[in-house]
Amino acid sequence: MAPDGSAKAITQPVARGPRGRSPGVSSLERLARRRSSIAFLMTLPLILVIAGLVAYPAAWAIYLSTLNRRMRANIGFDNYLILLESESFRMIIWQSCFFAITAVLLKALIGFWLAHMLHHIPTRGQRKWRGMLLIPWVIPPALSTLGWWWMFDPSYSSINWIINVFGFPSVPWLGQPWWARISVIMVNVWYGAPFFMIMYLAALKSVPEQLYEAASIDGATSWQRLRFITLPMMQNIISITVLFSLIVTFANYDIVRVLTNGGPRDTTHLFATYAFQVGILSGNLPRGAAVSLFMLPILAVAAFFILRGVTRRTKEIA
Amino acid sequence: MAEAAVANRDYPRVYGKVGSLHRERAWALRWAYVSLILASIIFLAPPFYMLVTSIKTNVEMADQSLNPWIVRNPTLEHYWAILSNPIFLTFFKNSIIVTILVVSVTMVISVLAAFALSRMRFWGSQVLATGVFLTYLVPDTLLFIPLYQIVGGLGLLNSIWGLVLVYPTLTVPFCTWIMIGYFASIPKELDEAALIDGATWPQMLTKIFIPVALPGIIAATIFAFTVSWAAFVYPTAFITRPDQMPLTIGIVSQLVRGDTFAWGQIMSGALIAALPPVVVYVFLMDYYIAGLTAGATKG
Repeated sequence: MAPDGSAKAITQPVARGPRGRSPGVSSLERLARRRSSIAFLMTLPLILVIAGLVAYPAAWAIYLSTLNRRMRANIGFDNYLILLESESFRMIIWQSCFFAITAVLLKALIGFWLAHMLHHIPTRGQRKWRGMLLIPWVIPPALSTLGWWWMFDPSYSSINWIINVFGFPSVPWLGQPWWARISVIMVNVWYGAPFFMIMYLAALKSVPEQLYEAASIDGATSWQRLRFITLPMMQNIISITVLFSLIVTFANYDIVRVLTNGGPRDTTHLFATYAFQVGILSGNLPRGAAVSLFMLPILAVAAFFILRGVTRRTKEIA
Repeated sequence: MAEAAVANRDYPRVYGKVGSLHRERAWALRWAYVSLILASIIFLAPPFYMLVTSIKTNVEMADQSLNPWIVRNPTLEHYWAILSNPIFLTFFKNSIIVTILVVSVTMVISVLAAFALSRMRFWGSQVLATGVFLTYLVPDTLLFIPLYQIVGGLGLLNSIWGLVLVYPTLTVPFCTWIMIGYFASIPKELDEAALIDGATWPQMLTKIFIPVALPGIIAATIFAFTVSWAAFVYPTAFITRPDQMPLTIGIVSQLVRGDTFAWGQIMSGALIAALPPVVVYVFLMDYYIAGLTAGATKG
């Protein structure tokens, strides 16, 4: 992040010193040479992107969600109320929460496990394994989900073929609500677990080896080492990663769009895919905006804690 | 194992446990390899199956008595078919144009802004740095409906220029954020020396900051590239004309047609489309991972 106060004290007089004070320079030129004006000009494109393409649309979405379908009249919170009253939307809230929480927990556990296993093996081999295990994260998810879709195909499913080899009956992956929900979570976990693995591996590597040595001298078991050294040292990264992933998973769109498109009978819709269906496909933009704004409270809470974690971490490093 | 030996020499009271410690470590190592092999099989199965499907003949694919995971008569016919399909080449061209433009715009915006934010403190710079991070946390699925109206108002729906306009919302915040981290880690003595030698701010940026922070710039560029190549929500929402589609939505919406299931072509198309990010990853893995972990470990 930005430098601390002491840096300001050092750079400021030096920066102003030799330039901009000579007589005969017009005031406009002097203004252009002032450090803060240059800095402002350099950040202007960023400010434009943030203000014009993120802040303004976000505010516009809130206003939009209070309009009626034809966007002629302001109907207050009716869009939200209508949504909350409908049985199907309440199920979408439930499904979004179920999907995000289950997927994030599984991703975190699998990622943690794999990071540990990677950390255990000799350093030479780690690169190769890490490289292989990160592949799911590298393929654009919309495309890899197509592969999963074909693997879940009702009559040609290659996963069912393996299941049949072991003597179990075929599974209707995308045909029944619960199996479809599980499939969507499976694909999301497959895609996201490598990210957790990489983050946790980086965190594991930053735990000083001496702590473990000291603990094993004191006769700590491996569980105790995990509980009293690894987890406390990684606490911050774990929470940042989990919260960040919670946001991304809640807002997930591509996997459900490609795999089930919300079906069977709208049981796998998430906020994002439902907002798309209502807003873009059915043409009710205000209500679609209202649907996607249901994500906002969760995002705001997660963002608050992430920011706190990152700030704390920055202070630790500094 | 080396640490264990050292520990044992210094602290004789653990001597009795040497054998069990050694055995425990050997088992842990074996267990680690078993887990990693299992995970690799599961993680690599879908791309492997996509590859298998893409080189199978349609006859073989339709035969349900055969093991679907192996190929008997490999063929490249699906690849020829997809590569001679003009609409697929159009998708590819659109993806390349959009990605190159977005990556260049992103890097210019974020390097300039990160330099100013990390070195030239001005009124509101701290707030702006926090704002950049918060924007990064706003997902595209929250913004696509208002952006649909804004892009529509500019007359850019159904055009790759609309995508070039909105993709920076996906890339700029994160790239700026990690560049701030990289720039802030450059020692202040360097810029002081440059200033004393009479360097101007632009000179400082191009002669010192960009060369020294090159690994960060590569990591940010890779991030911008992979994100704009894989973007899915915005093109799905803004583009319905096939000739303006980038690869992701093009393959998902145009090649997948309910009635004729051309799985071989879909899979070969998806694999070709996934190739650029995978190639970048294979050759620049360390930068890729640095960019990935930088969000939380730097900053």
